[in-house]
Amino acid sequence: MLKNITIGQYYPGDSIVHELDPRIKILVVTLFIVSIFFVNTFIGYLPLLVFILTVIAVSGIPALAVLRGLKPLLFIIAITVFFNMIMTPGEVVYRLGFINITKEGLRQAGFMALRLIFLVTGTSLLTLTTSPIALTDGIESVLNPFRRIGVPAHELAMMMTIALRFIPTLMEETEKIMKAQMARGADFESGNILRRAKNLVPLLVPLFVNAFRRADELATAMEARCYRGGEGRTRLKPLIYRRTDYIVAGLCVVFFGFVIAQRFLFA
Amino acid sequence: MDPIIQIEHLDYMYEGAPEGKKALDDLSIEVYPGEFVAVLGHNGSGKSTLAKLLNGLILPTNGEIRIAGMNTKDEERLWDIRRTCGMVFQNPDNQIIATVVEEDIAFGPENLGVPMPELKERVDRALAIVEMEEYRKHAPHLLSGGQKQRIAIAGILAMDPQVVIMDEPTAMLDPQGREEIIGTIATLNRTEKKTVLLITHYMDEVVEADRVIVLEEGRIALQGTPREVFSRVEEMKRLGLDVPQATEMAWELARQGIDLQADILTVEELVAQL
Amino acid sequence: MIEIKNLNYIYHPGSPYEKYALRDINLQIRKGEFIGLIGHTGSGKSTFVQHLNGLMKPTLGTVNVSGISTTDADAAKRGLRQKVGLVFQYPEHQLFEETVAKDIAFGPQNLGLSEEETEVRVREAMDMVGLSFEKLHDRSPFELSGGQKRRVAIAGVLAMKPEVLILDEPTAGLDPRGRDEILDEISALYESQGITIILVSHSMEDIARLATRILVLDKGQVVMDGDAREIYREEEALNAIGLDIPDITKAMKQVAEKTGWDIPPNVLTVQEAVDVYLRERKNHA
Repeated sequence: MLKNITIGQYYPGDSIVHELDPRIKILVVTLFIVSIFFVNTFIGYLPLLVFILTVIAVSGIPALAVLRGLKPLLFIIAITVFFNMIMTPGEVVYRLGFINITKEGLRQAGFMALRLIFLVTGTSLLTLTTSPIALTDGIESVLNPFRRIGVPAHELAMMMTIALRFIPTLMEETEKIMKAQMARGADFESGNILRRAKNLVPLLVPLFVNAFRRADELATAMEARCYRGGEGRTRLKPLIYRRTDYIVAGLCVVFFGFVIAQRFLFA
Repeated sequence: MDPIIQIEHLDYMYEGAPEGKKALDDLSIEVYPGEFVAVLGHNGSGKSTLAKLLNGLILPTNGEIRIAGMNTKDEERLWDIRRTCGMVFQNPDNQIIATVVEEDIAFGPENLGVPMPELKERVDRALAIVEMEEYRKHAPHLLSGGQKQRIAIAGILAMDPQVVIMDEPTAMLDPQGREEIIGTIATLNRTEKKTVLLITHYMDEVVEADRVIVLEEGRIALQGTPREVFSRVEEMKRLGLDVPQATEMAWELARQGIDLQADILTVEELVAQL
Repeated sequence: MIEIKNLNYIYHPGSPYEKYALRDINLQIRKGEFIGLIGHTGSGKSTFVQHLNGLMKPTLGTVNVSGISTTDADAAKRGLRQKVGLVFQYPEHQLFEETVAKDIAFGPQNLGLSEEETEVRVREAMDMVGLSFEKLHDRSPFELSGGQKRRVAIAGVLAMKPEVLILDEPTAGLDPRGRDEILDEISALYESQGITIILVSHSMEDIARLATRILVLDKGQVVMDGDAREIYREEEALNAIGLDIPDITKAMKQVAEKTGWDIPPNVLTVQEAVDVYLRERKNHA
């Protein structure tokens, strides 16, 4: 069961959004995130909301899948909202014992909530519409110019690819080791935090040992296939910009430019 | 015709090995283009060490190894050696690095700088040879052991080597997987005309080989055609190896005075004589 | 000893993805049996054996080990894990302790045994698998050879003194010599300790040598249940599910057809085949 989850939850499809060059998508998401933090009025978020809804509609991804990305963060959002509500000084509008909820607090909390939701939804859409390979290729390409200042773009991308490839394999192995130790009476469920941490040793040690052995064998196999770093490598699926990419890029630059600028225009 | 693999007076000692304990001892072997040579031996006979030496992953303590004339000690030529001489390892999982089958097969030629569209053609061809075309877009971790190993072989084929060395490729597979690989090896050697060096301890994989070399304590103990080697039943057992049941029975009957040819390999041959 | 009634294990029951991993299994495993479990990858062998020590629980039906149901609450579970020892494939992958002795002691310690009793168990277990306590007890398990590591892992389960020992492909990845050694040890264990053994394997030949009873699994169902000689008669049925009788059995069947001599269709070993053939040859001389 766990094997079938691809990290980042790529939702396959062939919409325009799916087919866009990953670098353009990375650019758009970056602009999106920047504008989230520039907007400082509730009205100002309206264009961003329209943007997100448009992308969801065009991509063909069910809203439910997008909202699922928010689930793990609901707790953090709730905490942020709560603390912002009670700890911002200003005009008190509600009192609960010694907790003061101010008008400014409510406003802040609202903003933070919106920002977090937009942030998560935006990045979710990136990983939902871009396959892991396309994403790592895109990241490698975007980071490439920074190699001059020492950023190991190719190596980072290779690490990401290998990690993604081995996640299901390692999960399977974890399950196997757990079962083998449980067959010897190991207990991974009961006990307090300290006890449980100690009980993890029979699981973690073999996992690590096996992982190192795997890494060694994989490196040998890669060398045997003439791997010697990123120099001179060609690609089966090279990233090539197409007309749609340029158009979307242009539109987004203008759009987000406007969104960011409105903070200063309507000050 | 020159041999494509030349091993001359090869010695290998592991670091920290006790005085004089050689993993490989004065080994000399020649393999000619197009041959299917099998190297048999129990674990510890030195056969796995041999695999790593052939690829230049480790270097001889004494002696020379030459692949298509290139010496493995020559650092400059290592890349060319590995391009000429592809290697498939024992653990199918630990050879696959990509999340999609066709991407993994492309890894080798990508490293070689093969441009498109030739790159795609090579991937397509390799997939066809191992009969895995319908799995091209699949995630490797969902494949069976035999299928994964076939992908690994395809990944080597896409580099267009002259020689394919396989280091115990079926040790971790189930019987079905082993059958698949045995079939693929036959295709590689007979149809694709690749020189194949198979290192194994399973005798049924070796029956179709041109030549069988049996190692023991780093030295050649037996050498010959499969028929010649397997009919030496007593010696094979002493060397810790199996012989086909039919061969064993023929040998045993011959020992008891029955007049028949003892160098048979298959059930059919045995039945024909009884 | 182990009673299995109407065992079914179903993935995603009731949904369109419903899949039966085990279907309607009914059988009893009696004390002192040596059972060989054979079947293709995907036939349900691993799923089946994991139901016997409570690692997996039935979707339908029951599994009872000496009266304890595998679905009973936890306390019973520990008793279960001790009674039914399970050695997985490539067990050397589960080694984790600093020394061989400590790793083998893991099981007994989990059972709450005293230090003295634990050491006794460790020594006995190492002896049972042919490892020298004196030489190896404080070596790191990671320094040992593959075959030795496997023995340490098996000793780790034996130290719990199970009444039933399940071994899932104990010869996987071993060369012929290694395979023979492990099978001989398992056989010796069976003879001397009287443990009930379940050996899961792909190899008809290995199982034929040792098992008193063979279970053939296909698509989650037990399709054959009998001793080796009975099972070997069923060449066609075995072929139908992708399995085969050993070469020597096949050869002797063909010789019987060819000569008309009195050769049984279920010869187990080469030695037996030779004896039978020579006998018949003399009779018809």
